[in-house]
Amino acid sequence: MIKLTEVQKQYTEKVKIGPLNIEIPKAGFTSLIGPNGAGKSTTLMMIGRLLSIDEGQIAVAHMDIGSSKSKDLAKIITILRQENHFVTRLSVRQLVGFGRFPYSDGRLTLEDEAIISKYIDFLDLTELENRYLDELSGGQRQRAYVAMVLCQETEYVLLDEPLNNLDIARSVQMMEHLRAAAKEFGRTIVTVMHDINFAAKYSDRICAMKDGQIAAYGTVEEIMDPEILTSIFETKIEVIEGPYGPIAIY
Amino acid sequence: MSTMPYSTKQEHIAMPSEKHESNRSAKAFRTKKDARRYWIILISLIALGLTASYGLLVYNNPVPVSSPSFIPVVMRRVDALIAMLIAAVCHSLATVSFQSVTNNRIITPSLLGFEALYSVIQTGTIFFFGAGALINFVGIGSYLFQVVLMVCMSLILYGWLLSGKYGDLQLMLLVGIIIGTGLSSVSTFMRKLLAPSEFDLLQARLLGSVNNADSSYFPIVIPIILVIAILLFFFARKLNVLSLGRDVATTFGMNYQASIIYILVLVAVLMSISTSLIGPLTFYGFLVATLSYQAAPTYDHRYIFPMALALAFGILTSAYFLMYHVFDSQAVVSVIIELFGGIIFLIVVLRKRSL
Repeated sequence: MIKLTEVQKQYTEKVKIGPLNIEIPKAGFTSLIGPNGAGKSTTLMMIGRLLSIDEGQIAVAHMDIGSSKSKDLAKIITILRQENHFVTRLSVRQLVGFGRFPYSDGRLTLEDEAIISKYIDFLDLTELENRYLDELSGGQRQRAYVAMVLCQETEYVLLDEPLNNLDIARSVQMMEHLRAAAKEFGRTIVTVMHDINFAAKYSDRICAMKDGQIAAYGTVEEIMDPEILTSIFETKIEVIEGPYGPIAIY
Repeated sequence: MSTMPYSTKQEHIAMPSEKHESNRSAKAFRTKKDARRYWIILISLIALGLTASYGLLVYNNPVPVSSPSFIPVVMRRVDALIAMLIAAVCHSLATVSFQSVTNNRIITPSLLGFEALYSVIQTGTIFFFGAGALINFVGIGSYLFQVVLMVCMSLILYGWLLSGKYGDLQLMLLVGIIIGTGLSSVSTFMRKLLAPSEFDLLQARLLGSVNNADSSYFPIVIPIILVIAILLFFFARKLNVLSLGRDVATTFGMNYQASIIYILVLVAVLMSISTSLIGPLTFYGFLVATLSYQAAPTYDHRYIFPMALALAFGILTSAYFLMYHVFDSQAVVSVIIELFGGIIFLIVVLRKRSL
């Protein structure tokens, strides 16, 4: 369970996030949606301890983010940002292998190698595993990074716009992979999403943010409501019933 | 890859492969061929360094081997060789570590103003206290004074800009560059006002040369460098993670801030020791680091460090050998390094089209 209590982050008088209060239950897929500048990525980064909080508390699996040891947290929660600095002369497999760092401190055991193989195969990177990262397309690199954070085998996985750089087919595959990871490995996945319909089709829960506040939080059916969506995005949005669930038309 | 039909993907997701073939590995080298290439280059470089050292020690010795003064001549040359080894260790390890923690492969620790500070200290001594003071500004006391001053300056810079509300590596680099440029302008200004004879005396100190090194400092310098080199080698696996950037390193449970400051302090000590002992060698570390990334086909610092060390020592000893015995000149070696090093660097980068 991820629990935010009165979390605040203040940039200037006008630009502030929070107070946020939310509980994201264990296992399943939660998407954060909302217009640009709503504070989605900031919230994700605060949960992933990449950004300090000014007030309040964040607890992941009953461990306080601020006071727990970073090393212990690395076995429980992981976060992937949109843009990553990539190293030259680093192959896909070596990158994914870094995911084992919290456990092995860089000394890979045979068991680690088996886990690395598992996630490389899981994300269809088997044929690319010996390529250097700078020899990959943006989408392939994105998948390599996702494989890296999954390889960390943490209960909680936070992803900031995992569909960035991906075409429609790759986006669908990525979402299938992530949902499979949530189902098969019992992971709790929290993503920031831009496409409402992708969020609606693959998520268990949706959290909508606006102006640094949580505007709505609930199941897909609850949030995929024309009135809620219209007020959040300040654009006329209709919702129709599609073959795989509700679809937003805008 | 891209034409794979969607249906096979779904099967794939349903059955993630658990099997693991023993030939698949995430070790430092992708293939056996890469590893072989690495060891061949490393051994050749070490051989080159040893050959050049041997040449420097005995080639063109003015007295015959049988003469009793043969050994004293060699011993005098050993001092210069030790100074080369010190420069090689300091510049190679410092530059590689610095580039990895800053995630930037086109800068060197010299940018943080060590060399500018060195030149201000030297120029200031002669400017304010005269030529006699500069000549007497030697010995362990003044040497340690310079090292401590340089390390303190960098500690203030890191402490101020890397912690608290700034906490920004790029900002620290920028301020470091500005301080460095400011200090060199100050020393340039002072130099303009010097008498030509004083200027000549100063110029010899400001060009990096192993002949500047005083062997009486070796008993202090060598243990410090040895300890730092060992600390860096022990930190190599963590440096691998740090080179992935702040966010990824934090996600993997590293204390990013503390690790960065730890490495930067070690780099500051190495750079200060080398600069005060030998003088500035601005381009050298950068050249060595860039060439060693090309020569070592891996991200892993446990392998990059030895390659950088071997390259640094090989380049410095062969440059001196060339200068003394081929060009028959006593000119300053940094000139040779920058000339040939620059050419080699351009060839490598233009041929590979990448850093």
